[in-house]
Amino acid sequence: MQLKHYTHLFTENKIKWRPLAAIIFNDMRKRKNNFTLTEYLFCTILLIIIFIISTCLGSVNIPFSEIGDVILSLLNIKDEASITYYSILVHVRIPRIICVALEGAALSLCGAGMQGLLRNPLADGSTLGVSAGASLGAILAIAFGFNFSFFIGDTTMIMAMIGAYLSLMLILSIAYKLDYSLATNTIILVGVIFSMFASSIMSLLITFANDKVNNIIFWTMGSLSGADYMDALALLIATTICGAVILKHADELNAFAIGEENARNIGVDIRKTKLMILVFVSILIGVCVSIAGTIGFVGLVIPHITRMVFGPNHKRVLPASLFFGASFLMLTDLISRTLFSPRELPLGVITSLIGSVVFVYIFYKSREVK
Amino acid sequence: MIKVNNLSVQYFDKKILDNVSFEAGKRDWLMIVGPNGAGKSTIVNALSKAAPYTGDILLKGKNINDMKAMEQAQVMGVLRQNHNVAYSFTVEDIIKLGRYAYRKKMFESYGNDESEKVEKAIELTGLKELRHQSVLTLSGGELQRTFLAQLFAQDPEILLLDEPTNHLDLVYQKQIFALVNRWIHENDCCVISIVHDLSLARKYGNKAILLDQGKLVRSGNIKKVFNKEDLDNVYKMDVHKWMKDLYNSWDND
Repeated sequence: MQLKHYTHLFTENKIKWRPLAAIIFNDMRKRKNNFTLTEYLFCTILLIIIFIISTCLGSVNIPFSEIGDVILSLLNIKDEASITYYSILVHVRIPRIICVALEGAALSLCGAGMQGLLRNPLADGSTLGVSAGASLGAILAIAFGFNFSFFIGDTTMIMAMIGAYLSLMLILSIAYKLDYSLATNTIILVGVIFSMFASSIMSLLITFANDKVNNIIFWTMGSLSGADYMDALALLIATTICGAVILKHADELNAFAIGEENARNIGVDIRKTKLMILVFVSILIGVCVSIAGTIGFVGLVIPHITRMVFGPNHKRVLPASLFFGASFLMLTDLISRTLFSPRELPLGVITSLIGSVVFVYIFYKSREVK
Repeated sequence: MIKVNNLSVQYFDKKILDNVSFEAGKRDWLMIVGPNGAGKSTIVNALSKAAPYTGDILLKGKNINDMKAMEQAQVMGVLRQNHNVAYSFTVEDIIKLGRYAYRKKMFESYGNDESEKVEKAIELTGLKELRHQSVLTLSGGELQRTFLAQLFAQDPEILLLDEPTNHLDLVYQKQIFALVNRWIHENDCCVISIVHDLSLARKYGNKAILLDQGKLVRSGNIKKVFNKEDLDNVYKMDVHKWMKDLYNSWDND
């Protein structure tokens, strides 16, 4: 009775004038079938604001007014920008922040996709051991000096992708053997064990490949401090292609989240859908890891938060995860750059710190409700 | 409508189903009965391509091996006995997904009659009040009605029910059987269901197959199948007497 009383307050539009935030919030709360235009607009504006803030702040604070000058000189209209600001922004900060945003978007999308497919709110690249597998692939390439390249992406990137895909297949097949129904705990357990296995191999490689230690350590920590425009381009292409494939499967992910048997009954091609999503998720995680190393917990926490705000429908959760993931990782990157400025903290360390605390909080809250 | 020839299912060297054949046509309600471990659920698994099998399964004259998942779902729908939804989807979300098989791939859009079919299914199953509620808050009976509504929205010509009222109380049991019965006669469907309660099977079915340890004991008209000799043999007890005893216990108050 009490609950009904409150919902009635929300649904009835007695107040004619409402602040913008309330409109947007109400819009989000309504269970719609698609991501609406207002929501796209709101999220894009939010993204741009965060982007501008994080380009301004850092070890060198650049006044907001200077950004206009830099953009103008970039477009060859007016040449008034100071050289220092220009080179900091164009050569260091902008490529890095673009990479950070794309990385956050891609990792959250992968997390959301896997959580739907495996019907498991704890699934994510880092908890399933896929990121560890990708790092292992990349480190193998560095330690043994593999060298082959395709028209896009270098050896480490391709090895990271192969590592991600093979480890995902290995983990899932072991889990299938142990437990046919692919229950939550089995997958997580196997994933954790695989992560330990992968990290022990990595330690082994580090002890034997003394001369490349610095290079290898980078992959285990997760950082984007040296990112350039080529990295951004690779991430953009991977995120666009894999993102399009995953977004296209929103209906199928809904069906999987409701139940695999049910998905089969309503006409979803189970094997094809599973394979498509797993392959494209591992490609995307492989690219992400090969550029930034392991950035944990983003793919776990962001889909959780979006599901709390937007409901479980993947047609809304997937695009929302893209935006929220990008915003979250840009803010985290800002913290990692400014907290102990000029010293910089590795991005993966901060996300794991924030992510694990937030995750425990979410878990606790959800238990409290039940 | 549906014709099954020499269906066999084997796990390793154990035969779970051995040369089972049966068929059902329009407005038929075929009951699959038999004791636990007779292979009833295996038939449903084979029909929904969830288990490897040998033999032929023909839906409207077409082998299901030649049908795509979507095409098969337009002809045959399945209602399971247990549902384990992972996230808090609403009742309406789940019912709407029943129209998945009619999705046009290119634009991810559905036919014009989509919302009409969904509304009809919601109305028939009496879920109007609950349509925006999360399925995690529903009772077992309400959840089963939700998935029945999904099946109605899917609108297949062959309905496959795997013990649809196994853990439901009498009210829901009656509700669901009455709903399906009405649906068959309104839409010229064909229903195949596994039922443990022989009285229920007898009341609603017109055809039956009796299974024992993977083998077909008898098939055909339900009255012929439910003869004293076969039932007593399969269940190893006097079934008719037990049913009458149960019924008579109401008079002894």
